[in-house]
Amino acid sequence: MTLALAVDIGLTLLVLAVACWTLAVRDTFTSVIGFVAYGLLLALIWVRLAAPDVALTEAAMGSGLTGLLLLGAAARLQNAKNISAPPGLALRWVAGVLCALVSAGLAAMVLLLPDPAPTLAPAVVAHLPATGLGNPVTGVLLAYRAIDTLLEAVVLLPALLGVWSLAADRDWGGAPRLRYHRPDGALTLLAQVLPPFGIIVGIYLCWNGADQPGGAFQGGAVLAAMWALILTAGLAEAPPVSRRWLRWLLVAGSAVFLVIGLAGIGFADAFLAYPAGYAKPLILTIELVLTLSIAVALGLLIAGPPTRTPS
Amino acid sequence: MISTTTLFGLSSVILVGLGLFGLIVNPQPLRKILAFNLLGSGVFLLFGVIARRGAGAGLNSDPVPQALVITGLVVAFAATALAVALLLRLFQETGQAITLDTEDPSIHAPARSNDP
Repeated sequence: MTLALAVDIGLTLLVLAVACWTLAVRDTFTSVIGFVAYGLLLALIWVRLAAPDVALTEAAMGSGLTGLLLLGAAARLQNAKNISAPPGLALRWVAGVLCALVSAGLAAMVLLLPDPAPTLAPAVVAHLPATGLGNPVTGVLLAYRAIDTLLEAVVLLPALLGVWSLAADRDWGGAPRLRYHRPDGALTLLAQVLPPFGIIVGIYLCWNGADQPGGAFQGGAVLAAMWALILTAGLAEAPPVSRRWLRWLLVAGSAVFLVIGLAGIGFADAFLAYPAGYAKPLILTIELVLTLSIAVALGLLIAGPPTRTPS
Repeated sequence: MISTTTLFGLSSVILVGLGLFGLIVNPQPLRKILAFNLLGSGVFLLFGVIARRGAGAGLNSDPVPQALVITGLVVAFAATALAVALLLRLFQETGQAITLDTEDPSIHAPARSNDP
């Protein structure tokens, strides 16, 4: 057995153990902490799968932002009495057997995957020079499958509308508030020290995404996490949701993407096509505005619906 | 000898099974959301294994599934945020108790305290 395989096996066992613990542990708060650790370990598996772009997204979004969101919810639900009883032993066994069957079916598929595996990598590499990009994943996201990315940027807005529409009538027009309790010294210090570095990392990830692992989503997620940290510590207030500049900022990314995409019909014969020679500057423009919009949308998704009640 | 992709592929399907089990068995809504995220991460990991198997043309991993997973992670986060917001609103409406079981007689009619 090679050393790399031993590391992989150890990593796999660790991830599975943390996943089991996350599901089994009684306290919800502890469970969410387990989920954050699980996400970070999963990011290591993504690195081992030679997918650093996904590893960055998993660490920033799957682990960090989702963890922050669930921690906030767990804190607010601390006093909630849970009145639904857990299912009986028989039902658990049935569920367990059925879930094991689902896993077994998928496992059979994994073992029967075709060899050699079908791949689009040669097609991606063949056309990458035309985009001027060095990172093939960014090439797929913003050139070949730009329509997916456009819709993905747009989908954040209906999600945010859904969250906002949950506000009670009297709270509409207020500002979302993330502060759950009186912040202590450690959290305040962290919220003062970390954001300058986090903002640089976020901008770096966005700027560097053209040629190295990173991109608009990773950069935006890190920026959103920094904003959420400042809001949680109570060092700044979120803007009221009725602010016009906030709404413009939210739609700017999708709007710029859409306008450049529509211009492609005239200048490059297809929706979301870039005219030859202008691909890279256009992609960078989209990424820059998109990062800002994504950061604001993600931050507001964490902050939740607006409220007017004084703390 | 087991290969790295098969190893991670098998662990991803175990994660799917675990997440599905937690989703069904755990009665707490927040834990259900968490289990659903676990399930999703297993599906994404399976995508990653397929991407790794598709390595070629000088790339260590097929970039197309990778891009799809990045898209999926963002959408999963947005859906989780919406689910959490719905849950917190439910808690706000019903007061102390939260349940997804609408047949439960111990739940009274929701307090209409939030209307003006």
